[in-house]
Formats: sequence, C-alpha cells, structure tokens
Amino acid sequence: MTAEPRTAVETHCPYCALQCGMSLRGTEVAPRRFPTNAGGLCQKGWTSGALLDSPARLTSPLLRVDGELRPASWADALDLIANKLTAIQAADGLDAVAVFGGGGLTNEKAYLLGKFARVALGTSQIDYNGRFCMSSAAAAGNRAFGLDRGMPFPVTDLAEADVVLLVGANPAETMPPFTQHLRGADLIVVDPRRTPTAELASLHLAPSPGTDLALALGILHAVVADGHLDQSYVDDRTSGFSDAWRIAAAWWPERVERITGVCAADQRRVAAKLASARNAYVLTARGTEQHASGADMVSGWINLALSLGLPGRKGSGFGCLTGQGNGQGGREHGQKADQLPGYRKIDDPAARAHVAGVWGVAPESLPGPGRSAYELLDALGTGNGPKALLVFGSNVVVSAPRSSHIADRLAALDLLVVADLVLSDTAALADVVLPVTQWAEEDGTMTNLEGRVLLRKRAIEPPDGVWTDLEVIAGLAARLGQPAGRFPIDAETVFTELRAASRGGLADYSGISYDRLRSGEALFWPVPDVEHPGTPRMFLDSFAHADGRARFAAVDHTGPAELPDAEFPLQATTGRVLQHYQSGAQTRLVTELNDVVPEAFVEVHPDTAERAGLVDGEWAVVASRRGETSARVRCVTSMRPDVVFLPFHFAGAQRANLLTNPALDPISRMPEFKVCAVRLVRSPV
Amino acid sequence: MSPRRVVILGYGMAGARLADEIRRRDPAGERVSLTVLGEESHLAYNRVLLSAVVAGTMRPDSVGLHDKAWAERTGVDLRTGACATAIDRGSRRVELADGSFVDYDALVLATGSRPWLPPTEGLTTENGEPAAGVVAFRTLDDCERILAAAKIGAPVAVIGGGLLGLEAARGLAGRGNIVTVVHPVESLMERQLDPGASSVLVRTLGKLGIDFRLGTTAARYLPGDGLKLDDGSHVPADLVVVSAGVRAETKLAIAARLTVDRGVVIDDSLRTSDGRIHAIGDCAQHPGTVSGLVQPAWEQAGVLADLLTGSNAAARYRGTSVTTRLKARDVDLAALGEVHTGSGDPAAEVLSFADASRGRYAKLVVRNDKVAGAIVIGLPDAAATITQLYDRSGHVPSDRLALLLGRALPAGAPTASSPADLPGTALVCRCNSVSKSRLVEAWKGGATDVPELALATRATTGCGGCADAVRGIADWLGAQ
Repeated sequence: MTAEPRTAVETHCPYCALQCGMSLRGTEVAPRRFPTNAGGLCQKGWTSGALLDSPARLTSPLLRVDGELRPASWADALDLIANKLTAIQAADGLDAVAVFGGGGLTNEKAYLLGKFARVALGTSQIDYNGRFCMSSAAAAGNRAFGLDRGMPFPVTDLAEADVVLLVGANPAETMPPFTQHLRGADLIVVDPRRTPTAELASLHLAPSPGTDLALALGILHAVVADGHLDQSYVDDRTSGFSDAWRIAAAWWPERVERITGVCAADQRRVAAKLASARNAYVLTARGTEQHASGADMVSGWINLALSLGLPGRKGSGFGCLTGQGNGQGGREHGQKADQLPGYRKIDDPAARAHVAGVWGVAPESLPGPGRSAYELLDALGTGNGPKALLVFGSNVVVSAPRSSHIADRLAALDLLVVADLVLSDTAALADVVLPVTQWAEEDGTMTNLEGRVLLRKRAIEPPDGVWTDLEVIAGLAARLGQPAGRFPIDAETVFTELRAASRGGLADYSGISYDRLRSGEALFWPVPDVEHPGTPRMFLDSFAHADGRARFAAVDHTGPAELPDAEFPLQATTGRVLQHYQSGAQTRLVTELNDVVPEAFVEVHPDTAERAGLVDGEWAVVASRRGETSARVRCVTSMRPDVVFLPFHFAGAQRANLLTNPALDPISRMPEFKVCAVRLVRSPV
Repeated sequence: MSPRRVVILGYGMAGARLADEIRRRDPAGERVSLTVLGEESHLAYNRVLLSAVVAGTMRPDSVGLHDKAWAERTGVDLRTGACATAIDRGSRRVELADGSFVDYDALVLATGSRPWLPPTEGLTTENGEPAAGVVAFRTLDDCERILAAAKIGAPVAVIGGGLLGLEAARGLAGRGNIVTVVHPVESLMERQLDPGASSVLVRTLGKLGIDFRLGTTAARYLPGDGLKLDDGSHVPADLVVVSAGVRAETKLAIAARLTVDRGVVIDDSLRTSDGRIHAIGDCAQHPGTVSGLVQPAWEQAGVLADLLTGSNAAARYRGTSVTTRLKARDVDLAALGEVHTGSGDPAAEVLSFADASRGRYAKLVVRNDKVAGAIVIGLPDAAATITQLYDRSGHVPSDRLALLLGRALPAGAPTASSPADLPGTALVCRCNSVSKSRLVEAWKGGATDVPELALATRATTGCGGCADAVRGIADWLGAQ
C-alpha cells in the first residue's frame, strides 16, 4: 500500500448494524451525515481506520507445521485444504465438512458461502454467529408478522415518538449515535443493570435476569385490566389474542412483581404511558433475546405492542435492534442452517426448486437443514459430527457459550480453517489461516438495522498477499471441481446472482442494483423490481401472513434455565462496552480503544464484593458450573446485589463465555448468554 | 398400561390450575385420564381479578381461565354444574347429585372455601343464605350481584376490613359509591399490619372517599336502610358487602372420615389421611401455610401434577412464603413475615418511617442480615425490592435506608453543580472516552469553543448528548 494523497471515499463504519456514514481518506476516518448516524461517530468508528495498516494484519496464509503456524503460499494452502476436505468427505460423508459464517460478512459473502456449502461441498452443516445474535428476534418476528425485518421502519421515524420502550438494549454504549433518534421521546428502559442507556430514561425497570417474559406479561395484563386495550386494532388486524390473554390474565402485576422485582406500580405506569402516547415504539435487543426462552420473550413484547395497536401503524411500531454490521442481511441469504437466499426455507420444495434453478443444479442435490450454531460446534470431532470446519468472519472460541468446551471440540477436528484479517483467538488454533480483506478494501453490500441496503465501495488497496473472501471461496470451489464461473469473484456479479436467487422470497432484493445504490437511492427491502421504490415502512396495510393479520403468540414465563443455589448464589449477565466490538478480535488491537478498557472486569454491588472479601480494582474469579474466568472488580452501587455483569470481549482466561450456559431456545436455538448461576471469589494469586 | 384415572373435585383456581399443570406434563393424556367436577355453571375464572371487575376496569367475560374448547382440546372430561354428594373411599368413587358416579385411582379435593357470615341479626335468611341486599364477595356471580345492586352514588357498607374487603371497598369507591367499612378491631388488616401502618392506610383510603367504623361490629341489618352498629351508630347502605373471612369447604371430606382440622389435613405430598386422596388450595390445611391466597394453591398444583404424572416423584410442597399485596388503585401496600416485632426485640433490627400525610409508611424487620418482615405503603419500588429479598432470602444491603425508601432517595452520586467541581477524570463524552482533563488540555492548546474542542478531542461527535457539558467547560475555562 502506498501513501499518496487520496480523495475521500464515502463508506460506512465496519462495526455495528447502525452502519454510520463516514468517509475515508487513506486510513483517516471522518464522520459523514447519513440518516442513521446524523453525522455522529463513536470512538470505534473514529478509530476504525487503524486496522487498515496495522502490523497485526495477516498478509500470508499460514499452515500449521510441527505445531506452529508458518507462512505458506496461497496455492499450497488452498491445495492442502481441498485435498483434506475431499479425503474427509470420501471417508465420512459430505456432512463431515462444516462451514461457520458471520453476521459481519457482506451480503455477497454470506450468499456465496451458503452456495459454496450446499453446492461445492454438498454439506448441510452450515450455520453462523448470527444464531447467537438475532435468532430469537427473527423467530418471534416471523411468528408474529410473517416476516423478519429487524426494524420495519426507518430509524429516523423514532424522532417523532412520544414514548419508546427499550428492552434489553444499551445503545448508548453499543451504537451511541442511535440515541440521537430517541432525544424527543419519553424513554423507558428495561435492563437488570443501570446502564448508560438506563441513565437516559425517565423510567428504568430493573428485572431480575431472565424474567423479562413475566414482566411483558404483567404489563400486558395492566394494559387489559386498566382499560388500555386497542380492541378495534386487535379485532381488525390480529389473531390469537384470547389465547395470549388467558396466559397474561394469570400474571397480574403484583404476581409479576415477586418474580421480576419490578413493582406493580411501574408495570401499570408503562402500560399507561404507552397507551396514552400518540406515537410509541417497543424495541428489543439481545438482553431479552439471548435466553433459552428468548423467542418467547420477544413474542411477549410483540404481544404487548400488538395489544396497543403499535405495529403496522405509521409513527409507531415494534422493532429489534440488530447488532452486527450485516446482522440483517447475514440472516437472509442462506448461511443459516435451515435457510436459502431471500429468507427462504430450505425444507420448502418450491424454494429449493427456485434456488437450484438459479444455481444450475438439481433441487434434490441440495442438502436439507443442518445443525444450529451451538449444536454444530458441540458436534465437531464427535462420532457423527463434522471432522473439518471452515470459519469465515467469526471468532467462536471467544463468542460461543461454554467456550472451554468449544475449544476442546475445535481441537478434536482433523482440519480447522479460519479466514480472518488478523490472527483471531480462533485463527490461532487453526491448521490453516487465510488472510482476507476487510471492509474498505473490497466492494460489497450491507443491510443495516432498518433493512436498508448499503453499497460499501472499495476505498483503498488491500495489502499484498491478502485475498477477498470471494476469491477464497472461488479458489476452493475450483479445486473441488466446480465449473468455472459458478463462484464469481466480483462482488457486483455475485450480487446480481443474489438478486435472482432472492426474487419472490420474503427478503426480495431483485430490484436492487449496484447502479441504483451508486446513484444514492435509499432502498429498503423488499424491492421486487427495478422500478420499485423499496419499502421503508412495512405492514401499514397488511402483515406478511397469508391472512394479512399479525399473530399474538400464546407464550408463558418459564424463567432462567439455571437458577442460583447455595453453590452458585449469584446470577451473571454479559454484554458489551462502548470501546469493544463482539469478541474484541479487532478492537483489542486498536490501541486507542484498548487503552480505555484493556481487560475484563466484573461489575458488582459493593456489598456483594465485600461479602466475597474483594475490593474495587482487585482481580476476582467468577465461576459457574462450566468454568471460571478472571476479571477485575468494579464496584457499582446501582447493581442488583444478586447480579454480576461481565463484558464478553476478552480472550483466554478472561472470556466471559467460559461461564455461559449453552441451554438452547427450542425454536431459535439461541443459547442462554444472558443469565447463568455463578459465584464470585478472590483470585488465588 | 392404561392411564391413571385422576378426578379433581372442584373447578376453581386450584382445580383448574392442577388440570393445566397435569396437561402441561402429559399433553396427550398418556399417563393421566382426567375428570374435573365443578359445581358452578361457569368455566373456571380468575378470582384474583374480581376486584377489577367490581372496580369496573375489567369485564366479567375477561376473567376466564379456560375457553369453551379447553376441555375438548386437552382431552379432559369436564363436568360443570356437577354437584358431588359423597366420596366412597372403599370402592373409590365420587357420587353425584344426579345419581351417577365417577371412579378414581386418585382423587383431588379442590373444593375451596365459602364465605363466613357474622352472626349479625338480619344478615342471613333462615337457611343461612345472605338476606336480600346482602352479598358475600367471593364469586363471579357475587360480583355481578354487587354491580347490579350498587347503583352509582348509592351508599354501600362493607363488613370486614381485611384484604378482600378493602379491595372491594376501593373498587366501589372508584365507581362512585359512598362506602363505609365496618371492622371489629381498631386496626385494619390487623394480622398483616401494625397500628401505625393501619392509620396511614385509613388516612389514604379516607382521601379516596372511604369511611371507617373501627372497633365496632354490626348488630343489626335493616334491609333498605343499612346497619345498626354495636356503638349505637347507624351506617346507611343500599347494599351490604360481606368480606369477613372464609371457611374451608370440607363437608365431603368430613363425611368420608378424612382427617379434618380447619381444613383437610395434608402432608408434603399433598396427601390426606387416605393415600389415594389429595387436597390442594383453600380446602386444604398444610402445616405453616396460610390459606385463602392463590399462590400456595398454585404451588401445590405444580407439585401435585409432578406426583400424579410421575414427572418428578420426589417433588414435595414445603409451604409458601406469603406476601400480602393489596390490589387497589392508587394504594400500594405490601406486608410480609413478622410485622408486629417492635424495636424492643434485641435480636432484630427494626427500621421504620412514617409520612401519613403523603400516604407513606415503611417498616423493616431484619434478622441475621435477612428480611424477616416488612410493611411498605406508598413506596412501591421499595416494596418490590424488599419482597424479592424476602422470597430469595437475600442479604439486606448495608445501606438500609436506601432499601427502605427505594426511589424516594436520589439515585447515584450528586451531579456536580459547576464544571469546577468535576474531577479531572470525570468522563464528559462517553462515546469518545473524553475526560474533563482532556478537554482542559485541549482548551489550553487553543481549542476554546465547542467546534474546536470537538475537532481536538472528538467530544460531542458521537450521540451529541454532552454538547451542553462541553460548552459549560469551555465557558468556565474562558471565565477564569
């Protein structure tokens, strides 16, 4: 890479789903006005150029030789991978090879990766880290509305809201510029912790972790019992209310208070505030979704929104805040175990026929649904589990639950291949590491949290020795005997194919073109043809179910999969800090960010610390049934004394996910990241 | 193996819940074939919501626990309007008034309780039923009778200043009735409240239009006129609502020679003195459990469903920690555990706070760092926190005062009144990790207004929420 002056290129931040507008000149970032960020950037965005010329970048494939990763040529690396994959599949069947993708991958990569798994490898074993992120919201959204677009309205609509209820969301840290859209609203925040977002609220409800559904039922009860139900909306636009109500009827606010710790008066106040608002929104995020009953929890909040007539009404609505950069697009185009492009279901014969037609293969050659993310990782190297795993854009050894077990499973593989831009914690365990390009070095589209498709143009030259993920996929496909041209390396060509594959699906991109995006059109899917203006606001006339109605879900509170007991008397919840993103593989390498939060910490009430013999700033051990992690004590008086909080961005012995519970949601297969039983003790050293 | 025949005698909150819990564990009826016998003609309904029906915020048809299709959908043989007349333990069958009978392998008594009517002259007819113009507050039919009889603005007397009596009184006052509560002791809810709490409650309910006659009983009921009290005074009333307590419904159990005390005596497996017969809810008497509340009944239903379906043969019921919660609009009251302990008890910490004019009262009894009892009125979030500490046996925070008053105390540290008072390490811009000292440094380097400070430090460039604070710091530095 050379350092001659460049013109600034308009792009978007590489991190979260807000996809803040920014411009890049060389590696210098400047904020840019864009509807989602209104010119704002957080510290992660400002410093996102640092990794473009970082010495930590990988610039050569690495092969493990005698236990050490050593540089190798691309040809040698890809030959080795292809030969091993072929041998493993010959011995143990097609499903002996698995693929793991990520919610940060562009639409083109996610699409091509899914095609690669189903066509070039013929494996059913593909899933991605979005399973750990958006799956509960997606399951509940599909169940209620017949379709899952995180926010079915532009984020700027929130500016007109009188009341916003944020559930398990901490955007003041996770997507700071987003909070600009909340400035005019009376904000209610549900979070066990008094987060910086909760500090912005006029009312903060702090339920005991894992009791969100009871709280949603209590507020729904108050809506009905206090006469706030929007009966005509319920009659005209929904179905299933009476079954949902019969469950909520048993959750009067005083009963809910004992489960959640949120007083009945506050439950009634939330019902009244939402009901009296002209415009109101209910928004959920991971705090209420990452549970073994996460899909039902989200359904509980959707039920509340439906009882008040919010979804599908201009100026009001229900939405979930998507987390990862392409967390929306990543869940639409076929890197999910049960899915084909266009948000199609892989077990739907019509969907299989359509996609197989686009791919030029026989429908019956496509595999069926595979294992979900945790189940896939849990099966690695076991009797009938995969023997080889290809990982793109994910750092599973930090981000998956019960991570010491995941490390054991990865170690049991015959072949682990990781494509990443830096030597992530998972890459460090691999047999082959492939250095790939990052955001500013490649073309691609991202679909942000509001379902808007963004073109991120290549802004700078990638370092020598680095390939795009598309080139990696094409290189492997060719070696696996796929015909030339079936796996294009040009992003726009891949997108053109994606459009055809998505045509007629729920997430229909067929009318979106690079040219339309280049000309600056704001295109929200579905866009069923090139003349179509896109769909900024969904459901205004009808929901996506065949009868056009939204469906209440008859859901009941079950509570955390693991309750505290004498041995593990506290509850741990996990989350993010402003300076780090996801597993921290990137942000821990940015000095300016890592200097602010360089290590794991555990937030704890001063009384709880004292009872454990700990003082502020000391190292502690937090232990669960699955393992223990090290973290520095931060005494926080607003913490519930029965709860500790750990950020999940740190590696090695500081992984919060050494503790977390892999109990899975029966519908979404989401693990229970947000609550497990732990104890807090002094560090032995 | 053919499924076990379980017969539930009673289709109220306990019986209906047990049926639901059994079907949750055995949805297809492979382990249990279920018959439910209910005396009322209604489908089961939620008694807890009756106060809201009286208050007029909920319609009677919204309180159902089951819909019409429930029995068929779940494969339950439901017989409403079925009056059981006897239990034949020898041949294990329940006899019904129509002469038919139902065989059982296991029988569950969930017959509930009936209201107790005080021996006030004229209050009951010769056969013990309420006289005209008198309604016990117990069933959905009672509610509808109350709503029909209590015309808006009409005077109503409520006999009984316990939980349910006060909920009914609050509901009626909210509808515009002139309500007088007659209670035989000087203190309302005297088992759950101490005298201080009672006087705060009297004052609060008084502001909502409810009158009280305490420490006196009704001597005579005069239909169309009202009540004549022991102290000679008169309470005008078009309607008298009686809520003076309940008695367990144990007639069939006594006739079947089961062991009965105040209720049918049960052990931790919810078994009566006959191992094939169980009892739950208000008709049952478990050591250490107060009856008359739904929570113990539901917990018992969960345990019994585990046992009857074989889902968990080790399940046992060990009693319920009971919290009294008044469900009345604009009155927030919680009471739990030992409430009468005074500050003279050397083994207990007793904290209290009273503010009768604002309707607030808090009393907290702490033993061994755990909540042993509490009364909290008008401080709802403190009540919620204290209740959870009690339920979960959590340690009481060292800052007792903050716990007692909840959100009434200002949260967190006081905010600095001027930039001068902020410590240098204070974070001004969270989005970009900019501290006050970093801004001061940038100001000294020549960045003297908000745009220049933003350029130098990136403060204000995230969510923009700190713009006023940054301007304040620039102004403060400029003024020095």
